[in-house]
Amino acid sequence: MTGGVPFSAAGELVCPAGTPAALRTAVEAGADSVYCGLRNATNARNFPGLNFSPEELAAAVAHAHARGARVLLAINTYPPAGQVALWREAAAIGMRAGVDAFIVADMGVARHIAETHPAARLHLSVQAAASSPEAIRYYCTHFGVRRVVLPRILTIPEIRAIRREIPCEIETFVFGNHGLMVEGRCSLTNWLTGQSTNMDGVCSPAAEVTFERAADGAMQSRLAGFTIDCVAGAETAGYPTICKGRYAAPHRPEGYYAFEEPVSLNLGRLLPELMAAGVHAFKIEGRQRSKSYVRQVVGAFRRAVDAIRAGQDGGLADLVALTEGQKETQGAFQTKKWR
Amino acid sequence: MSTTKTLAPIPLPPLLPVGLLCAALRPVLDRIVRRIAARHPGIFARVAPYERSDFVIVPQELPFALHLRPDPAAPLLRAVPRTRLPPHVARIEGRFLLLLALVDGESDGDAAFFSRDLTISGNTEAVVSLRNALDDMDGSVAEEAAGLFGPPGRAILAGLRRRSRRA
Repeated sequence: MTGGVPFSAAGELVCPAGTPAALRTAVEAGADSVYCGLRNATNARNFPGLNFSPEELAAAVAHAHARGARVLLAINTYPPAGQVALWREAAAIGMRAGVDAFIVADMGVARHIAETHPAARLHLSVQAAASSPEAIRYYCTHFGVRRVVLPRILTIPEIRAIRREIPCEIETFVFGNHGLMVEGRCSLTNWLTGQSTNMDGVCSPAAEVTFERAADGAMQSRLAGFTIDCVAGAETAGYPTICKGRYAAPHRPEGYYAFEEPVSLNLGRLLPELMAAGVHAFKIEGRQRSKSYVRQVVGAFRRAVDAIRAGQDGGLADLVALTEGQKETQGAFQTKKWR
Repeated sequence: MSTTKTLAPIPLPPLLPVGLLCAALRPVLDRIVRRIAARHPGIFARVAPYERSDFVIVPQELPFALHLRPDPAAPLLRAVPRTRLPPHVARIEGRFLLLLALVDGESDGDAAFFSRDLTISGNTEAVVSLRNALDDMDGSVAEEAAGLFGPPGRAILAGLRRRSRRA
């Protein structure tokens, strides 16, 4: 049964954990909630060596609950037709472990959990790409969703307007991957590798990624044999994903970022505005990152949120060294003209 | 982080040929890897598909590289001359103190990759698996290793960390 630690205070800090050690680090650094996934295709960070066994999940939940923190289990991929058993089993494992909520995207998974485990709390994953009041209300009405994780494509005034029209809490990303693709519907990886971000949980699967370094220090990133970027010796790099690749085109023969630049979201300076807009929870991206990242980012946001709650300046520690391409943006949250 | 940092080579016994240095380090590294394997058996599950694979780790300031095979039955860590690297599935290269901080959970591997301070080549999945396995260890691997050699080991580690903070 879910429900170890009650959800209540606004400004909840929702933090990533790819391993049990990262989860313990997040709790120690001040996470209110920690989200994680099982070692299979049921979550969108199905990376080699990452994630939790059922036994590790149960121990992690006990560890978090003993320290007043919650554990949210991401079951946020879409089961391929006729292959729902793994997703149902993931829900059962989460229930046995006592997780505090499930983060879901697929309507069938949401329906299964709502009917089979009615005590469970459901959060709607960003992978559902629900960005309108109508879409969010649909999930609330039909599956009892209690919180929506909004796509990273809305301005703060738009979030405020949505909040007035929906019956559930809002969670927004505040740090990490910029994530501008229509999440849950991005097929770029599938196009090159045959594997699906949305069904297999793999965006740019590591087995298909290679890096080649030239004598002058330049580095080529390739996915499934296709070159997606070439950075010069002194240039910073980004993740080897197609959406962060740099491509030559007839009108831009020098090469350019056709989709988005390697840059990380950082809304540290917008936390007060987000809280005023009705955002209930702040999510830090990065289950694939290290304990060091978790410790630094969670600690910085913990101090910032606590300062804001105390009526003080919520200035955030400098986190640029941890960002992709060593660049930060407030993205669409500040303006939709950020590029 | 910056890709432009340069460090003087780590002080090593003078005039010791690299081959002899590697041989001298063999019992030390063997003891370290067996101790870590015995105390953290859980890490092998995360790198299980590559437990018979050979990784080469190249600390830039040192005259030798490290050869690692994360085999739970026979873990291997040895120093090898940089000119005679064994066949390997993946190569990981960076400043020694950065590599130490990564193993110790004090630095973030993705950030070091973004800043170009860390270079990987070969089988990326193997590298990611190894990274995640090492990152799931609690405590300090460096301190465990240093502790095996008593006060001298801990003094050397303290010196390396001071050097890392100055860098």
